[in-house]
Amino acid sequence: MQPTDINDPEYFHKVIDCQYACPAHTPVPEYIRQISLGHYDEAFRINWLSNVFPGILGRICDRPCEPACRRTRVEETPVAICRLKRACSDHRLDDSAFLPEIPAQKNGRRIALIGGGPASLTVARDLLPLGYSVDLYDDQARAGGFVRTQVPSFRLPERVLNEEVDRILGLGVSCHFNHYIDDLGTILAQDYDAIFVGTGAPRGRDLPDLPGRQEGDGAIFIGIDWLAGVLYRHIVSAPPRLLVLGGGNTAMDCCRTAKRLGAEEVTVLVRSPRAEMKASPWEIEDAEAEGIPIIDNHNPLAFVVENGRLVGMRFQPMVASYDDQGVRRLEPAPVEPVFFPCDQVILAVGQQNAFPFIGAELGIRMNRHGLPELDPVTLQSSLPRLFFGGDAAFGPKNVITAVAHGHQAAISIDLFCQGRDLHQRPAPGVNLVSQKLDMQEWLYDSGVSADKRHLVPTVDRVKSLKDRLIEVELGFDRPTAHHEAMRCLNCDVQTVFDHSTCIECDSCVDICPESCINFTDNGDEDDLRQRLLAPADNLDQALYVSVPLATGRVMVKDENLCLHCGLCAERCPTASWGMFKFTYNIPLAGRK
Amino acid sequence: MSDRKPEFRHPKLTSNAGGYSRRDYEGAMSTLCAGCGHDSTTAAIIQACFELSVPPHRVAKISGIGCSSKTPAYFLGKSHGFNSVHGRMPSVATGANMANRDLLYIGISGDGDTASIGMGQFGHALRRNLNLNYICMNNGCYGLTKGQDSATADLGSIGKRGAPNLYNSIDLCELAIELGASYVARGFSGDKAQLVPLFKGAFAHNGLAFIDVISPCVTFNNTNTSTKSYHYVREHSEATNTFDFVPLQQEILTHYQEGSSQEITMHDGSMILLHKGEPGRDVTNRLQAVTRLEAEKERGRLLTGLLYVNPASRDTHDIINSCQRPLNSLVDADLCPGNAALQELNATFR
Repeated sequence: MQPTDINDPEYFHKVIDCQYACPAHTPVPEYIRQISLGHYDEAFRINWLSNVFPGILGRICDRPCEPACRRTRVEETPVAICRLKRACSDHRLDDSAFLPEIPAQKNGRRIALIGGGPASLTVARDLLPLGYSVDLYDDQARAGGFVRTQVPSFRLPERVLNEEVDRILGLGVSCHFNHYIDDLGTILAQDYDAIFVGTGAPRGRDLPDLPGRQEGDGAIFIGIDWLAGVLYRHIVSAPPRLLVLGGGNTAMDCCRTAKRLGAEEVTVLVRSPRAEMKASPWEIEDAEAEGIPIIDNHNPLAFVVENGRLVGMRFQPMVASYDDQGVRRLEPAPVEPVFFPCDQVILAVGQQNAFPFIGAELGIRMNRHGLPELDPVTLQSSLPRLFFGGDAAFGPKNVITAVAHGHQAAISIDLFCQGRDLHQRPAPGVNLVSQKLDMQEWLYDSGVSADKRHLVPTVDRVKSLKDRLIEVELGFDRPTAHHEAMRCLNCDVQTVFDHSTCIECDSCVDICPESCINFTDNGDEDDLRQRLLAPADNLDQALYVSVPLATGRVMVKDENLCLHCGLCAERCPTASWGMFKFTYNIPLAGRK
Repeated sequence: MSDRKPEFRHPKLTSNAGGYSRRDYEGAMSTLCAGCGHDSTTAAIIQACFELSVPPHRVAKISGIGCSSKTPAYFLGKSHGFNSVHGRMPSVATGANMANRDLLYIGISGDGDTASIGMGQFGHALRRNLNLNYICMNNGCYGLTKGQDSATADLGSIGKRGAPNLYNSIDLCELAIELGASYVARGFSGDKAQLVPLFKGAFAHNGLAFIDVISPCVTFNNTNTSTKSYHYVREHSEATNTFDFVPLQQEILTHYQEGSSQEITMHDGSMILLHKGEPGRDVTNRLQAVTRLEAEKERGRLLTGLLYVNPASRDTHDIINSCQRPLNSLVDADLCPGNAALQELNATFR
C-alpha cells in the first residue's frame, strides 16, 4: 500500500467516527471531554456553533453518530452521545457569552427565508453576524416548523424549543408569522438578494384508494396533521380503540400521544418486517414500554365502515422473502385477512414534499420526484438566487441534516451575494496539536472506562401517560453525565507515527491492548488485511501505513478498534508515536 | 503514565485450545523503560505459552535480581512466581523443581545475574541438566545501576557511558553447550518470528534449555557504537536456521526438501522441523555447534537460532532417580511405607 497521507484532513476526520457520521460534523469527542471536565458552558458552545440546536437535538436527534461510535465495536453499546448533548443544555449556566456580535451597520443584502424550521433558522444564524438582513416567513404563529408541530411535548418540552428558537430570532430576524406564501412569485418580485426555501415535507401520505376511505373519513387522520391538531388543542381526546398505521417515528409519536389523550387500546400496524421499520430503535422501545403492541407484516386492505361509522380495518398478513441478492419481496401469507376493531385510524405512512406555491410560470426546474433540481453541494436551484434546504431539498430526512443544509446554504448565499464562485467553498478549520505534557503524561485523560452505557432516568410511567406535556426522559444528572462522558474513547486524539525515528523495538506492538499495530512486509490492502496480528475485516476502517522502515518493513495500524489510550506512545522510546488532538470544524459562512 | 492496561481486547481474537485468551497470559503493566527489549521478550513468552495452550497455573516463574528479573511481574500473572536473590535463580529453581517436577519452569535472568554474580549457579544448573527453561535477557550492561558494561559486553563496544569495553565477553551459549545444557538457542527481542518458536521448543524440551535473548537496553546501550543495540544486532545477526515447532497434537503438513531440513522429535513427542540450514549440518552435534559459533564470531557475525539440542537428554530427576510424583501429592503411606518395606530395604544391605 502507499503510505497514508495524514495531511489530508479527511483521513483523521474519518477516524473520529461520530463526527464523521454527523451531517453537521459536530466535534463530539471535544464536547464530551468538556462535559467530563464539568465545563458545560463550553460543551454547549461547541454544540451550538456546529449543530445550532443542542437542546432540541439532545432529545430528538436521529443520532447517526451513535451507531458509528467506536464503542459499538469495542464492546456493545455506543456512548450516549445524544443524551450527553442534552446534558450540556440542561446543566449549562450561561449561554449568552458566546452569542455572536451582530453588526449594527448592515451590509445592505436582504435575504428571505420561506418556512421557519431548523434549516431556515440555521441560515439566519449563520448570515446575521455577517451583516445580512433576514426576513422569515412562516404560516404558523411561531417558528420551529416540523419540530414544533409534530414532535410531542413529552419528547421535547415547548420551553426548550422556544429557548433555542428565540435565541436565533433574537439575533435580529424580521419575522412574518401567520404569513403563508401562496405564490413564490410575490417574494421573487421583491428585491431580495437571495431566497432560501425551507418548507419541509409538509404533506402526510394518505391511502385514498383503500375501500372505505371516503365513508370513514371523519375517523381517519393523517399523522402529522393530527399531531399538529393536538399541539394546537384542536384535538384534545382520543377514543378507546385506535390503530396507527406506519413504522416511522411519526407513527411512534402518534401512538404514544394517543395513549396520553385517553386511548385505551392503541395498536401500531406496519406493512413490512419489523427490521425494516424506519423508526429509531429507542422510539420503538419507548412505545412498547408504554404498552403499545407493534404488529409487523400487515398490509391494509380496507377500512370497515358500518352504519356510517368506522368500526375497524382489515389487513392481509404478509410474508417477506429474500432472493439471492438480498432483495426483499413481500407477499400475502396463505391465511385469511384479519380484522382489527377500532374507533379511529391514524395514517403515518410517510411524508411528501409539496410546493403548491411554486407555479410553473416561475420556470424553476423540478425533477420527476416533484423536488427542485439542485446542485447537491451548493443547494442552488435553477434560479440562481433561489436556494433550498432541509426536507424541502431532497425529501424527508431529519433535523441534523436540515441544520447541515442550512450551513451549506448560508455559505452559498454569502458567496453568491459577493458574486463569487459557489464551488470555491471555504475549507474546514483543522488543527493537529500534540497532547504531550510530560514524558508519559497527556493533556487528555487517556484512561479507558469499562462502564456500560448509563441509562437515562425517566418519570413514573403512570404519571407521564396521564399528561402529554410531561417530558418522559429526565436526562442525566451531573455525576452520571460525567461517568457517561468518560466512556468516550477520545477518537479525536490521533495516534501519529513518525517513521524516521522508529527503531522497530516492538514495544507498541506488545502493549497495544487491541493488537492494532503491526510491523510487517508491505503488500496490497487485501493482502495486508489477511496478515495482521488481529483480524482486520472491517473494510470501512482504514489501515494506517507508514513509509518503509530501516528493515524494509512498514508499520500498519488498523484504525478499527484503536482505544486511543496512548499506550503505544507511552511505551515508545523515541517518541515515534505521538498523541495529537485533531480538530475539525466545518466551515461556516463568512470564513475566509 | 498509565498504570493499567484497558480491559478491552480485540473481540475477534480467539481463545487457544485450552480455552485461554491471550489476556490470561498477561501480567501487570511494565515499569521498565519504554522500548526495553525485555518487554518484547516477555511478549514472546506470552505468545509461546498462548500458542502452546499452557495452563497458566501450571507454570512457575523464578528470577534473580535486575531489570530482567523484574519481568516475571509483567507476564503470566496467574502463574507461580519467586523473585529470589541476585544470581541465585538456579538454586531456587532447582529446589522448586525437585519438589514438584510437574510444573513448567521458566527461569528469568540477565547478563549480570547470570554471567557475573550468578556464574557459579549457572554452571551447576547446566551441569545437572535441570528441567528448566533458562531465559537470559542479555543487554550487555547493568541497566538497573545506570549502564556499566557487563560480562557479556563485547570487546570495544561503546555504550552510553562513551568508553570502550576493555575485556573480552563471555559467550553464554558456548558456555552452556560446554557445561551440559541440552537445548541451547539464541534469539533477539526484536525478532519474534524467530524467538517464539525458540521458546516453544524449549518448553517442550526435557532438560535444561538455555535461551540467550539479545534484548537491547534502550536507555544505556542502544548507541550506534554498541554491539547490543537494535540496529547492530539487526545488521550483524546470522540465523543458523529457521524452524517450525510442531506440537504433538498437530499433524505435520509441510514437507521440506531432503538435505535442507532436519526433523527432531522432542521428549514429549512434539517435533522441531529445521529448514534452510546448511546441508550436512546436524543441530544435535555439540562439536559442530561450538565450531559454528566461533566461526561466525570470527566473521564478526552473531549466530542466532537453535544452536544445539539433544532431544534424548536425561534431566536431573532422571539422573538421580527421584520420586516420579510431586512431593505435595505424597500421602502418609508413600512417605512411611511401614515395617515390611523397611525390612525389605534392610535385607538388600545384608
